Amino acid sequence: MSSRIHNRQRRDFLRGSLTMIPAITLGSGVSLTARAAEQAPALSDYSPLFFTSDEWAFVLAACDRLIPGEGEGPGALDTNVPVFIDRQMDAPYGHAERWYMEGPFVAGSSDLGFQYPYTPREVYQRGIALTQRWCQQHHDARFESLEADTRDQVLSALEQGEVDFAALDEEWLTSDDFFSWLLQHTKEGYLSDPIHGGNKNMAAWKMVGFPGARASFRDWVDQHDVEYPLGPVSLSGERG
Amino acid sequence: MAKQQPRVDAVIVGLGWSGSIMGMELTEAGLNVLALERGADRTNEDFAYPKPADELQYGIRHTMMQKPKQSAVTIRRDLDERALPQRKLGAFLPGDGVGGAGAHWTGVLIRPTPTDLQLKSFADQAFEPGVLQDDMQIQDFGVTWDELEPHFTFFEKVCGQSGTTGNLNGEIQEGGDPFEGPRSEPYPLPALQDTQNTEMFDKAARQLGYHPFPNPSANVSRAWTNPYGMQLGPCNYCGFCSRYGCLNYSKASPQTCILNALKQRSNFAYRTHANVTRVELADDGKTATGVTYIDGDGEEVFQPADIVILASYSLNNVRLMLNSKIGKPYDPVSRTGVVGRNYAYQVGGGINMYFDDIDFNPFATAGATGRMFNDFSPGTFDSAQHGFIGGAKMHSSQASGTPIKTSLPKSAPKWGKGYKDALRENYGHHMKLSMTGSVMSYRSNMLDLDPTWKDPYGMPLLRMTFDWKENEQKLSRFMRDRLREIADVLKPDRMDEGFQLEGSHFKVTSYVSTHNVGGAAMGTDPSTSAVNRYLQSWDVHNVFVPSGSAFPQNFQANPTDLIGALTYWCAKKIREDYLKNPGPLMSV
Ligand SMILES: Cc1cc2nc3c(=O)[nH]c(=O)nc-3n(C[C@H](O)[C@H](O)[C@H](O)COP(=O)(O)OP(=O)(O)OC[C@H]3O[C@@H](n4cnc5c(N)ncnc54)[C@H](O)[C@@H]3O)c2cc1C
Ligand code: SF4
Repeated sequence: MSSRIHNRQRRDFLRGSLTMIPAITLGSGVSLTARAAEQAPALSDYSPLFFTSDEWAFVLAACDRLIPGEGEGPGALDTNVPVFIDRQMDAPYGHAERWYMEGPFVAGSSDLGFQYPYTPREVYQRGIALTQRWCQQHHDARFESLEADTRDQVLSALEQGEVDFAALDEEWLTSDDFFSWLLQHTKEGYLSDPIHGGNKNMAAWKMVGFPGARASFRDWVDQHDVEYPLGPVSLSGERG
Repeated sequence: MAKQQPRVDAVIVGLGWSGSIMGMELTEAGLNVLALERGADRTNEDFAYPKPADELQYGIRHTMMQKPKQSAVTIRRDLDERALPQRKLGAFLPGDGVGGAGAHWTGVLIRPTPTDLQLKSFADQAFEPGVLQDDMQIQDFGVTWDELEPHFTFFEKVCGQSGTTGNLNGEIQEGGDPFEGPRSEPYPLPALQDTQNTEMFDKAARQLGYHPFPNPSANVSRAWTNPYGMQLGPCNYCGFCSRYGCLNYSKASPQTCILNALKQRSNFAYRTHANVTRVELADDGKTATGVTYIDGDGEEVFQPADIVILASYSLNNVRLMLNSKIGKPYDPVSRTGVVGRNYAYQVGGGINMYFDDIDFNPFATAGATGRMFNDFSPGTFDSAQHGFIGGAKMHSSQASGTPIKTSLPKSAPKWGKGYKDALRENYGHHMKLSMTGSVMSYRSNMLDLDPTWKDPYGMPLLRMTFDWKENEQKLSRFMRDRLREIADVLKPDRMDEGFQLEGSHFKVTSYVSTHNVGGAAMGTDPSTSAVNRYLQSWDVHNVFVPSGSAFPQNFQANPTDLIGALTYWCAKKIREDYLKNPGPLMSV
């Protein structure tokens, strides 16, 4: 295996040669430069399509801890992850459009998958309201007004199923289930194409080194153990 | 009263791989053929760049796949558990729409071995009585290697199979699989390019004395014109292959290999948004009169036909047979009946390895990219001393490098700053060692109709009873130990593993494979098979079921090469014998 130093040199060399290839040949015949991406909105300017303003405050405060901005690399708020979640809930997906939602609903082993009558929208509505009630009971405050450390503790309690939703009269949803949806959607928003509302400026892709929608590597596949030199492109033609 | 359409010679249910092949073969025989497909029409234009390059849409939201809303499966692990509906897709991802799962498959196109086709005969010779589980009910396929070989060869030409020949007419060839059955012709095209992981795997496997070779691929390595005159372009390693439509006319699919040629034939027609609910039988129950479907407007339509081909994917075929009362349903208590018997699957497992100093560039890859070895398949090693039958293909593949699916060490934090750090540090530094193992058939791994849940048309859902059995758990442990030896050679910075070992149970929530097979086994004995060796229903002679549902158990690799070959084999018999003399092709 080649050393890091060797890689770097090779990479610099290749970066020089590859960047001279016009953008048009990098995708399969579609110009990626022609149409500039619509500017992603600033999170503070965004009006949610689905979440109420109270729910929105929760989503922002939770995403902020699930992928925080601190340290190297962007956080969920820097990359508009909440916008992604809101737009997903407004889309057919939020309505469980493709899923089998017929009763009867019978509880069973978690290995057999979710068995409750809630669409993703309803999971959020219930999950957020229940978590807020729990925060009021235990911290006498709403989730979003808690310190970061305390929010982490609440999220951990949700993750472990320790926030007892059943004690708050919820029949189906458990806190670990709610948490796993929230976390899954947060990661999806962080790492999916910006066309879906998150991953603003492809910042998460840049952090990990994923070239996005380039989808053409015939000239690269035999370059083994060399870091890929080009930044990502998105479905709408944004280049990073 | 259902609306009625004009009669056709043959109606095909489902326009995926088997349906498209049958369309080609039966129109060539001069029949007037109609295919009914429940999903939407889809052509290559639907997969034009950059559309497929969207992980959320295709990789995560399953946009190309069966909608549970329309057709869910209920699942339980044993006969005593209450089966519950799989409300969203997980363990397997069947297709929906023209092309079926053949439009979004990965494209590993590999043959079984001659022994796999005669597994029961092999077991009787190689195992002392009492070594194997007594609830195992493995069988021979009833068709031999020599009979199927020409059909593998032809289907592989249709697909532009790319790889390295290992056994040409009995002569072992350097660089290929020395354990493969003899091929009458070499692979149509050379293998795909290697990637960093395949290079490392190859070296380590050779060092340990194994015989690695490139994954046989239906992502074509070079430009190819197939026997139907369809043209495929060389794969560009786009990294959006498995679960995606091909943006480059490079992945063999019904779209790229068959449909444009088929659609030009005046004796072929197809209707989309046509969900077949039943095969209709004549009063004596011995022949089918056609099929009933629900059209896009929700109207019920009767389509009369002289021949009915069920090509709607293994699980859907079995459900249609049960809902249409074709053949006797299997009863696991008395062990009688055949429809739903011998459902089988594929067992997977692997070791995730992380190397801080190696860049794998996992996004620069074809779906089928990888290397494998076949040193552990039935007959190539002595599994009897380890108390199991079967084998596994051992491989390092790299189907895609899309970021939502990034594999992180199990010890990495799931969220918070630690998650972000782990993502940054591990993306692109991971490779996997995998096993894809055979799954035998058992008394209680089966399919029947669910007593509770129904689809939107009022038809009962299919109920699957399936769990991992001791034989597959022992096999997994054996293969895990071998893969650990490879990992020891490669010395990753971090690694962890997942295998179906003792005590593990089938989980429907995370992906296993879409290699659901069995349930309408083929064979030569009507008391243990639902279709005869020509894939013809024993009970209703003008119904043919060419699909993975015919496997009496599963072998240690991907099923579609065998599904394609069996479809051509079935078509040949229809063309040569059945059309002249419609009736049972084998006597009971
Ligand atoms: C992600 C993924 C990766 C895979 N990778 C591989 C691989 O690498 N190698 C391999 O060998 N196999 C692979 N497979 C499996 C492969 O796709 C299948 O074996 C193959 O497509 C089966 O062909 P078929 O014709 O039986 O079914 P399909 O190709 O699925 O076609 C069945 C068609 O029937 C239609 N249908 C179903 N029910 C009805 C009804 N009631 N009425 C009308 N139409 C109906 C469906 O909509 C569908 O279009 C993969 C599958 C998936 C999902
Ligand atoms: S990897 Fe190759 S075969 Fe697969 S979708 Fe991309 S171009 Fe097509």
